[in-house]
Amino acid sequence: MSGMSRTRRARRSEAVARAVTGLAAVSVVSVALFVLAYIVYHGIGAIDWTFLTDVPRDRGREGGILPVIVGTLWVVATTAGLTLPIGILAGIYLSEYAPRTFTTRAIRLAITNMAGVPSIVYGLFGLAAFVLLAGFGRSIIASALTLTCMTLPVVITATEEALRQIPQDLRQASLALGATRLRTIYKVVLPAAAPGIITGSILGLARAAGETAPILFTGAVFQMRKLPDGLSSRFMSLPYHIYAQVTSVPGWSPTLVWGTALVLVAGVSVVSVVAALWRSAQRRRVKW
Amino acid sequence: MVNALLLERDGTLAYTAGAVVADDAVDVATREDATAAVRGTFSLSGVSVAYGRDRVIEGVGMEIPARSVTALIGPSGCGKSTLLRCLNRMNDEIGNVHVDGRITLDGADIMGKAMDPVELRMRVGQVFQRPNPFPMSIYDNIAYGPRTQGIRRKSELDLLVEESLRGAALWDEVKKSLKKHAFELSGGQQQRLCIARALATKPEVILMDEPASALDPISTQQIEDTIAELKDSVTIVIVTHNMQQAARISNQTAFMLRESLEEPAHLVEMGDTKKMFTNPDDSRTESYITGRFG
Repeated sequence: MSGMSRTRRARRSEAVARAVTGLAAVSVVSVALFVLAYIVYHGIGAIDWTFLTDVPRDRGREGGILPVIVGTLWVVATTAGLTLPIGILAGIYLSEYAPRTFTTRAIRLAITNMAGVPSIVYGLFGLAAFVLLAGFGRSIIASALTLTCMTLPVVITATEEALRQIPQDLRQASLALGATRLRTIYKVVLPAAAPGIITGSILGLARAAGETAPILFTGAVFQMRKLPDGLSSRFMSLPYHIYAQVTSVPGWSPTLVWGTALVLVAGVSVVSVVAALWRSAQRRRVKW
Repeated sequence: MVNALLLERDGTLAYTAGAVVADDAVDVATREDATAAVRGTFSLSGVSVAYGRDRVIEGVGMEIPARSVTALIGPSGCGKSTLLRCLNRMNDEIGNVHVDGRITLDGADIMGKAMDPVELRMRVGQVFQRPNPFPMSIYDNIAYGPRTQGIRRKSELDLLVEESLRGAALWDEVKKSLKKHAFELSGGQQQRLCIARALATKPEVILMDEPASALDPISTQQIEDTIAELKDSVTIVIVTHNMQQAARISNQTAFMLRESLEEPAHLVEMGDTKKMFTNPDDSRTESYITGRFG
């Protein structure tokens, strides 16, 4: 075979590879856009002032979803308050302090496996451990603790990965200037790793906001006239509301359910966009 | 105690600023200057280093005089960098390293419990092989060390930043853009920034681990010029692979060698650079310097 035709063949397979991988990428984007467009198309009709500020009426076939939105905010905020400090500190320990021993490797393996446990299993665990054993009853705190178990591995892993991206050189430079390990972490390593940690944490919390299974047995309710008034309250929640409407309300209103889905998706997107803006602001601030 | 500290700081400040100062402040400044003349002398005896069971250096003894440049040369893997890291106890930060023997800085044992490695590292700065500025502004990079020491006053920090950048021959290039991000500087400028950053804690000694090996010839030249300027005020210990560089910039040269992987590296000889490069005592030194191995 002559060199010429080999070159031509190589060029052709290069073109094929580009086309195939490009097609895969484009199809992912199209699916994402299609899902988003579908939700907006069906749900936008429901969004008005009444929908956002009224309580559900006629078992959710009419009225609004205010307690549903507020319940979700309560649970996600409580979950964030529990998950972020524990997760970030644990990630710092694993990346910066943990000795390279068998135990450390076992901890890391356990965390990875925790991330793979199905969410309904966390729901059952939450019912047994937080609702019954700890005696919290079906409540915001029981659900938030359950969601925390589910989200922790995501936040820990994201933190550890983000910290590992920071070159060892920077830590050495700081230590060699007479900084302690602690000062090195909070002055040099953490600021540099913050974008990665925040992105990972938001992904984890967004997932928690959209989960139904972990809150199913631990505190979410079908109908509440009042807003939650504390951590021991039961609560309504966007994903559970959608689930309950579709499975147990004959003659449910598709528009209102799609509207509920739209609120959930929009809420998660707003948080992601705010985080992205904050990240680029950080980068600008560093640049001056 | 607090008064004395303030007085000393003010004295130093006024002294460096070259302003007219009160008599007692001048006293403090002169006294500091007089004692500083002998500061920055290392003395090593029987220094051995092991990574776990692997003994990498054994029985190194040397005197490193103050306010001069001492070059550590030798083939790759002969423990030059490891020995350098003994001098600011950076080996402590790598797990499983065991250092034996005696190392003193101005007579004080730096390996004993009485010596805090954090305090030692403020007196013995380090410049690394690759420029490693922090991801922050030029100003904040330089101010990092002083801030770590607890200096907060803006006027004081401003002075230290200017002084340090002048010391590293970078001031004229960056004085108008101190708020610029350090990553926007060229590689050579970044390395001089790292030298300035090390200078800002007013160290007695600066350790340099092949500081120019990642730089182009012009930047290398600038780093060498900076070293020549600095040796009047600080002790410099430099690891280099570049024989010409060692010959150009150093006053003393130490040649280290690890003859085989089974045995640890040792110091072959150390002496006046001119003598080492023209008429070394040991034939192995001559072979290495003339390029027969390594």
